[in-house]
Amino acid sequence: MTVTKGESAREGADDKDGMPGDDYVPSARRLARERHKRARTRRATAVAALSTLVTAAVLYLVVVDAPGWPRTKETFFSAQYAREALPKVLEGLWLNVRLLLICGVAVLVLGMLIAIARTLRGPVFFPLRVLAAAYTDFFRGLPLIINLMIVVLGVPALRLQGVTVDPVLLGGTALTLTYSAYVAEVFRAGIESIHPSQRAAARSLGLTNRQALRYVVLPQAVRRQVPPLLNDLVSLQKDTGLVSIGGAVDAVRAADIIVGRSLNYTPYIVAGLVFVALTIPMTRFTDWVTARLDRRREQGGSL
Amino acid sequence: MSDASVLRMESVRKTFGESVVLRDVDLEVAPHTVTALIGASGSGKSTLLRCANLLEEIDDGAIWLDGEEITDPRADQDAVRRRIGVVFQAYNLFPHMTVLDNITLAPRRVHGASRAEAEERARGLLERLGLAGKADAYPDRLSGGQQQRVAIVRALAVRPRLLLLDEITAALDPELVGEVLEVVRGLKDEGMTMVLATHEMGFARDVADQVCFLDGGVVLEHGTAEQVFGDPQQERTRRFLRRIVEAGRL
Repeated sequence: MTVTKGESAREGADDKDGMPGDDYVPSARRLARERHKRARTRRATAVAALSTLVTAAVLYLVVVDAPGWPRTKETFFSAQYAREALPKVLEGLWLNVRLLLICGVAVLVLGMLIAIARTLRGPVFFPLRVLAAAYTDFFRGLPLIINLMIVVLGVPALRLQGVTVDPVLLGGTALTLTYSAYVAEVFRAGIESIHPSQRAAARSLGLTNRQALRYVVLPQAVRRQVPPLLNDLVSLQKDTGLVSIGGAVDAVRAADIIVGRSLNYTPYIVAGLVFVALTIPMTRFTDWVTARLDRRREQGGSL
Repeated sequence: MSDASVLRMESVRKTFGESVVLRDVDLEVAPHTVTALIGASGSGKSTLLRCANLLEEIDDGAIWLDGEEITDPRADQDAVRRRIGVVFQAYNLFPHMTVLDNITLAPRRVHGASRAEAEERARGLLERLGLAGKADAYPDRLSGGQQQRVAIVRALAVRPRLLLLDEITAALDPELVGEVLEVVRGLKDEGMTMVLATHEMGFARDVADQVCFLDGGVVLEHGTAEQVFGDPQQERTRRFLRRIVEAGRL
């Protein structure tokens, strides 16, 4: 503590002295200005603290004074059921995490392939372009829950030889189908955001269309699209909870099982909070990456 | 003469929608010469260069590179571009690559050079252009003049037969123009064949073996620098040069 104080005192001294040899003495005007700024900061902190306190008190009173609160507290916020549910929910969550990792990779690869297919030129690729466009149109429009029901419940009903009926695999497939359509659009927007002069420069060096895409356009497009891609991954992370409709025992299903037995809804709250806890680091990471990219752009980088 | 020329254009026509940018352009560029294209903004200088490099498809006429018709639809466009270097007004460096990677991309990926080979040549060129310390920098850390010199190195790295320079000093701060023009002068001394679109009339008069005045989509007047600047035959050329002189640019 003493050290910190000593250091900050020295820094302050450095600050006022400026560069060595420069005998700068802050003017009375500067000192007055700084005093005023400090006072303003103190006032702002006090106002924020008071306002937070009042808001919290009001919220507390509204909830606790609600006529149904004692009953709600018992059915949604029971400590006993929370303790019982947490291990099971966490066990189920492991499935969500694995689904996220595997689907995440599949979505990125498939999304990139579809985006590239949509930007291909030349008559040979016409059917590919049309298919890719139809794919993104269809799966972006189809509600995920319906997609899941069709794949998870419909495919086993066909009783095809050699096709899995595992709800996890089928659920993962459905997630991948929907999300790769979204991610393909993110990639495509990135590819189209690269200025044509970059492609022109690449082509003028003798690079083929494919080489220009691979070495010049895609690397820039992907870097630029990192924030929206991470955003889609956060979304995918929580939507892995929907595979529970096929009976796969993930975090949501684990909570469901306890609720069905006890008729107490606390496990749902637990599962919900666990998902939130899982998503927050990812969201913060996204914010951090976005801020870093923005800063680079402000500094005059053209990335 | 026509077979010995590096670049030849005959009756080239290029339109963008309604507007006719190149009406009927004839041009002939002999080996180891510098051709300066001058003319008002929008007179078609840049478009002419882009057509020569097949970045734009011409509507009519024909273009030959070393006696081979490159506007023939059966010509290999990538192979044509491999023999022509281009430097753009806005540099168009690849922002995600270091200076060295910018320069070695085409030698490695297009010409099949090894990394060591390509980097050695790149470093040699960088040193000659006074950029030795910048090999590992990213383009956004360089000044405009440095970026443009890197762009010139990038175009030279593939040993082009012909170099096209599209108003390469137009985006530069005035005090940085000199360093880039110095490089072009050096290339002329080495015998590089170049076609440059420029607003730097003093430089054009200095360095060009042939000056072409573009107006209304045709080469209205062409000849040696002394002829075009000293004794212009066309009224429109005279008027253009008078405006330039009045603006203090010549």
